[in-house]
Order: sequence, then C-alpha cells, then structure tokens
Amino acid sequence: MNNSTEDTWLYTISSKHKLIDLNFKEIWRYRDLLLLFVKRDIVTVYKQTILGPLWYVIQPLFTSVIFTLIFNNLGQIQTGSVPPFLFNLAGITAWNYFKECLTGTSDTFTKNQNIFGKVYFPRVIMPMSITISNLLKFGIQLCIFFCFYAYYAFQGSTVSINSQILLFPIYVIMMALLGLGLGMLISSMTTKYRDLTVLVSFGVQLLMYASAVPYPVSEAKLKFPSWFVPIVEYSPFTQIIEGFRYMLLNTGTFSWTGFLYTLVISVVVFILGLIVFNKTEKSFIDTV
Amino acid sequence: MSHIILKSENISKQYRLGLVGTGTISHDLNRWWHKVRGKDDPFLKIGESNDRSTKAVSDYVWALKDINFEVKRGEVLGIIGKNGAGKSTLLKILSKVTSPTTGEIKTKGRIASLLEVGTGFHPEMTGRENIYLNGAILGMTKTEIRSKIDDIIDFSGCERYIDTPVKRYSSGMTVRLAFAVAAHLEPDILVVDEVLAVGDAEFQKKAIGKMKDISRGEGRTVLFVSHDMAAIKQLCSRVMVLENGKIAFSSTADDAIKYYITKSIDITKKVDLRNVKRSKGFGKQLMITDVVCNGNDTNKNSYGVTGEPFYFKVKVENKSALSYSNISITVSVYSFAGNFLFACRSDCIDKVYTIENTHNEFTCFLEKLPLNKGDYYIKVNCSNAGIMYDYIEDDITFSVIEGDYYGTGKLPAKKRNGVFIDYKWV
Repeated sequence: MNNSTEDTWLYTISSKHKLIDLNFKEIWRYRDLLLLFVKRDIVTVYKQTILGPLWYVIQPLFTSVIFTLIFNNLGQIQTGSVPPFLFNLAGITAWNYFKECLTGTSDTFTKNQNIFGKVYFPRVIMPMSITISNLLKFGIQLCIFFCFYAYYAFQGSTVSINSQILLFPIYVIMMALLGLGLGMLISSMTTKYRDLTVLVSFGVQLLMYASAVPYPVSEAKLKFPSWFVPIVEYSPFTQIIEGFRYMLLNTGTFSWTGFLYTLVISVVVFILGLIVFNKTEKSFIDTV
Repeated sequence: MSHIILKSENISKQYRLGLVGTGTISHDLNRWWHKVRGKDDPFLKIGESNDRSTKAVSDYVWALKDINFEVKRGEVLGIIGKNGAGKSTLLKILSKVTSPTTGEIKTKGRIASLLEVGTGFHPEMTGRENIYLNGAILGMTKTEIRSKIDDIIDFSGCERYIDTPVKRYSSGMTVRLAFAVAAHLEPDILVVDEVLAVGDAEFQKKAIGKMKDISRGEGRTVLFVSHDMAAIKQLCSRVMVLENGKIAFSSTADDAIKYYITKSIDITKKVDLRNVKRSKGFGKQLMITDVVCNGNDTNKNSYGVTGEPFYFKVKVENKSALSYSNISITVSVYSFAGNFLFACRSDCIDKVYTIENTHNEFTCFLEKLPLNKGDYYIKVNCSNAGIMYDYIEDDITFSVIEGDYYGTGKLPAKKRNGVFIDYKWV
C-alpha cells in the first residue's frame, strides 16, 4: 500500500536537476501564456503614441538614409549594381531582428524579477515570446523593404532575387536562435553581475559595424587592415547578413560551408544559452 | 494515509550572507583581495549583523531546516510565524519560484501559488485583457478563462471599467480584479500568501468567504500563510508554527495560535519598555516607560477579575525640556487570538493631557472589567492628533480570572470571545 502511494506522486520539487531540464509538455501546457505575452508585447509597445506601429517602419528607414549618406555618399563604399539605400535597408532589416531578439531577451531575469519572484511558469516562455513578437516586427519591416524593392526594380535598377531565397526561413531561424541563445546567456549572467547590461547596449552597436551591415564583405577585404578582415569574415553575423543580401539582392558571396558553419554556431549558442538559462532559473531569485 | 496530497521531506534552504545582492564583479574582486591579505570580508557587514567570532559558520544561514510535513486532500493548512521565520521561503519553494537546497516536495496535483495578487498586470492593457494574461500566468488556459470570465468580472465588481486600461483604475479596483482572477483558479493545491490583507472591509469579507468556499465547498487543498490570526482561525483546519526555519508546533488552529502568541509575547516576565523595539513613534520625545495593569504586578503577569474594577497605569517620560499639550493616551486590548476587543482612548472622552514634567503617570479606570477568563495583551500609544510619540505593541499582557460580571452568578458565554456590556431588558 505504501509503495503504491509512493508511485503515484505526480510532481516533485527538489534540488536536483538534470543538465537540460526542458519540459516540453509543460511549455505546451503554457502555450496560451506564450501567445498572450506575444500579444502583450505587440499591443503595449506603442500605446499612447500618435504614430503607433509606424515607428516599426520609421526607424529602419531613417537609419538606412543616414547610412547611405555617411557610408556611401561620404565614405564612398561601393555596393555594386545595387542601389546603396536598398543595400543598407536589407542589412538593417536583418540586423534589427537579431538585435531586437538579443536586447529583448538579455534582460529577461532582471526585468521580470517581479513576476518570476511570485509565480512559476516555464521561464523560457518569456524570451520565446519576445523572439516571436519580434518576428512580427521583422515581417512589417520586410514588407517595407519589398515596397522599396519593387520601386527600385520599377525604376530599372538591376536587382533580382537569387534562387537561394529558399533558404530564407532557415536564415530567419538562425537569427532567432543566435539572438535568443545569446540573450539567454547574457540574461543568466546578469542576474549576478549587471556589467553585461551596460556592455550589451553599446556592444550590439559595435557588433553591427563589425558584422558588415553597412558595407559588403568584398569592400571590407579591400580596405580593412589585414588583422581585422578575418574578424569580419568569420563572424556568424556577417555570414547571416551577407547571406541575406545575397538571397534578396543577388550581391556578395555565398558558400555552403559558411552557411553550415553559421547554422552549427547558431544551434550551439542556442543550446548553450538554454542550458545556462535552465540552470539559472532555478534559483536566480536568490541572487538577482 | 492515501489521502495525502502533498508531502515535504527534509526541505532545507540555505542562503549565503553578504554575497547575495551585493552586486558587481568589483565587489567580488574586492572581497578576493581582502581575503588574499588575510583581512575580513568587507561585504559581510552588509545584510545581517554578523558575530565575528562565528564568522566561518555565519557565512551561511539556514532559512529553512529539515521541514517535514504532510497535507491531506481538502485540508486547509495555515502557516504562521514571526518575520524571518521562513514562511515566505517555504512558500517560494512550494510555488517553484526558487529551489530547495536539500530535500524534496512531492505532490499529487498541480500547485498554483498566489504570493501576490495581480502578478503581471500590465497598466496599458484593459481589465479584460489583464484577466486573460494574469489567469494564464497563474496557470489557467485560455478556454478555462473564457468559460469563467463572466464570473470573474462579476466577482470583481468592476464591470463598468472592464474595457478601460488598468492604469486608470483605483488601486482598490486593481486589487479586486486581481483577486477575482485568483479566486477562480482551480488547481489541486493552492498556496496563498497574505493576499487577503487588501481591499476594503467589504471586499475582505468577500475574499475570506470565497476562500472558505474554495476549501470547504469545493474540497480544495489550501496552504495559507498569514499574520492575521482571525483569518487563520476562520479558515484553517490545521496550523503549523514556524520558528527560525523549523516547525515549532503543529496542531489545531486554536492551539497553534495560542502557542504562537504565547511564544511571541513572553508572559512570564515583565518587559522593560525602554528597550522594546518600536515600529512607530519610537519614543524619542515622550517615551512610555512602564504600564501597570491593575497594580498587582510582582514582576509577573498581572491579572484582573471579570466585573471587578480594573486600571491601566501608563508612565510617560518626557525626554526633552519642552512642554507637550493635547496629549492623548490610548490603551487597546487584544485577545491572544489577535482580535481587537476594545480601546480606551482618552481624547475620545475629551481628556487630553499637557506633559511638562519629566515623569508622568496617567491612569485609566474601568469600573467593571468586561473581559472573560483568559489572557490578553495591550497596545499602548501616546499621541497628539497626528503625531505618534510612542507606540508599544505586543509586550504587555495581563490575564483575567473569571468573575461575576452581572452580579447574578451567571455569564452569557463562558468560552466565547468578546466583551461583556451592561444592558437592560424591559
């Protein structure tokens, strides 16, 4: 009798836990929460603003204009046959998604300690919801990109989509995994040390310049000092941005090795982030 | 035995002093540098007062140590204890917010925790949207919430505002809405922290009633933490007293509450009020130095007799050279179950004092002590309209010996709480 009751315990709370303790069943059970968080993120960002969701569009457009003025007009960076504005817009749209995922998830623990300290739900729901809600933003920005794309194509510029466009979903997933993975890593580390939060805000800025967002890799190879070229070339972010432009604008280079290399790195970073996040979520409330 | 729904085995939680919450790498480096030079940890002073002689041991503290208990299905278990006794830590572990250092808790059902009402409320979203969000955070599914939303809105009494952003709500309305969501949770085990101490009196009554329904009518298992002894008494079938991270006592609600209050108020010894810690007033200008109940204190518990004359003598020391006018002295009497019984406030009967001398004595006479047999404690304060000069809580007790209040040899309710009053039947 005693044995049979012992066996029927449904849940256990204990100090021991496995390396990856992801309970997919539980996450599935909380899917409504995930969707509600996504909705909350989307609905509340621009409440009580006049332009509302237009801000999603204004930010990349203005950045592209500035980039075009500074890098292409002033800095004489060559973008080949592609109009510089379109070139920048493609890079910024892609970069923005990664950036939003990273900065959005990197303060998961510190930002949500009020909720996390009071109620349990699978913590990973929070960064996941951010990644998903940013996807919508990315979609809107992509639409704008295609509007300009159509405009330039109509004007007679030589822009064409490459057959690699089929890889597009994988690129998006890679960006999401990288952003989410890094974000989870950083958010886990910031529970104890807040230094990283400071680093993230300007580190992302620096990373953008090192990841070939405002210039093509070919230009970097020509003009950068030799020690800096490999940093740009082998950064997984460069691979993504460059691949993105290759697909959409048919400019730059693409290699399967580079693609696989980036895919592996994204998955590794994501899993690493997940492990650290899982380890942290158990007791971060004591150290945060 | 098979009805046991939750079992805690050797749950312990260790916290590290000093390190937690001290911040950045620079602190850690500093700490390391001090260690290298053989000096004391500079951050140990932060957080808790530490005894230097026991430094090695005091680096860690056990917030909970070897907690073992079982909860039966449908039982309402109350958890009481002083601040820092480990109640909140236990609740946090139960609700999976933090994990225990050692031990295991096994359950036969889903736990939903209510450590706070309105967790995750977003001010920009409407009441209705927040019901969905909050409900989902607490573990309900969308369909579940949808089927209950009318009840929830109805219970909250905020129907008119339900499509208005929550930031426009009054704080009371927010709390009502939040509690309404929480009250409609249907987990197997509900863990509740002091959430009832919110809202106005009407709502508190409603909340307690709902809690009662949840536990009695619907047979749900509830773990309930509170400082409100009256609520504990009303709701709980069994009460556990935590003391310094251990279970000190576990019994029926009445016994446990009595144990707890007797423990927290040491009735065997008269306290020196000069050294008592104050939460309000602090006795900087005027200090209550002594309170004598009925003049028969021989360093022990003082006592009175039901229906006999009784008095409180309050000694107040003027610590400055100034004169204070319009001073009102109040003595409030509480039962050991924590219920307020009555207060003797001097300014209510238009008696205010002017304090000029250093030593002063004020006496409050009761013609007939209207209390039943038992133990009581009093809170005393000395104030002037808005200014609280000194406030003594929980440290003065007296007992009452059964007497003949009405002079008839009869008392209406021997075992019940409350006070006797004079009345006439014609």
